[in-house]
Amino acid sequence: MSVRLQSQTFDPGAEANAFLERADGAGAAVTFTGLVRSTPVHPITSMTLEHYPTLAQRQLEDLRERALERFDLIDAEIIHRHGTLYPGEPIVQVMTLAHHRHAAFDAANFLMDTLKTTAPFWKKEEGPEGTKWVQARQSDDEAADRWQ
Amino acid sequence: MKILYFAWLRERLNRDSETVALPETVETVADLMDWLAERDEAFALATENRRLIRAAIDDELVDHATPIAGAQTVALFPPMTGG
Repeated sequence: MSVRLQSQTFDPGAEANAFLERADGAGAAVTFTGLVRSTPVHPITSMTLEHYPTLAQRQLEDLRERALERFDLIDAEIIHRHGTLYPGEPIVQVMTLAHHRHAAFDAANFLMDTLKTTAPFWKKEEGPEGTKWVQARQSDDEAADRWQ
Repeated sequence: MKILYFAWLRERLNRDSETVALPETVETVADLMDWLAERDEAFALATENRRLIRAAIDDELVDHATPIAGAQTVALFPPMTGG
């Protein structure tokens, strides 16, 4: 499935390999993985991702279609988790396949910038100081806007 | 019509959904939020900054000026933080 929403964790390398195995005649493949991050300055014990399933599936499928067309991709795949996630685990993986590298890189960048502001997921962080909803950032809106 | 709430909006309202019967005067998403704010102080407080509330009608993102006539489900939520 080209757009997969799931709560279970996944192996980024295994997913990338499976994606590449389906590549036929492509010259360029790019994989981006977003990870749950805990740092000394900002420690967290877990992250909970709430989502709106039907809208998320639809938004990501539409987004993938737009990317395929805009960047003339051979293929693209999006995996996005929801539920409870732990530091070091992957949250999202975006994979693109094109004839040449610029399209593959740009499409992966476009997919990430756009999904950050349009895919209905909401992160809540649990940490030593309690629980807090992550705030949407203006820099994310700006990143998405530059693709308009 | 069914209304779905997500994230901190859902938490502040203490419910993830409700079913409402709307008067004809409620035409757009903005009207809906005005109407919900009038009947529920928690909603009014949670949505003081309307710019922070996003909406979807039947699985499609919409702006606040969009008419809700014929909608089965309207979802209201804060800006997304996925990815």
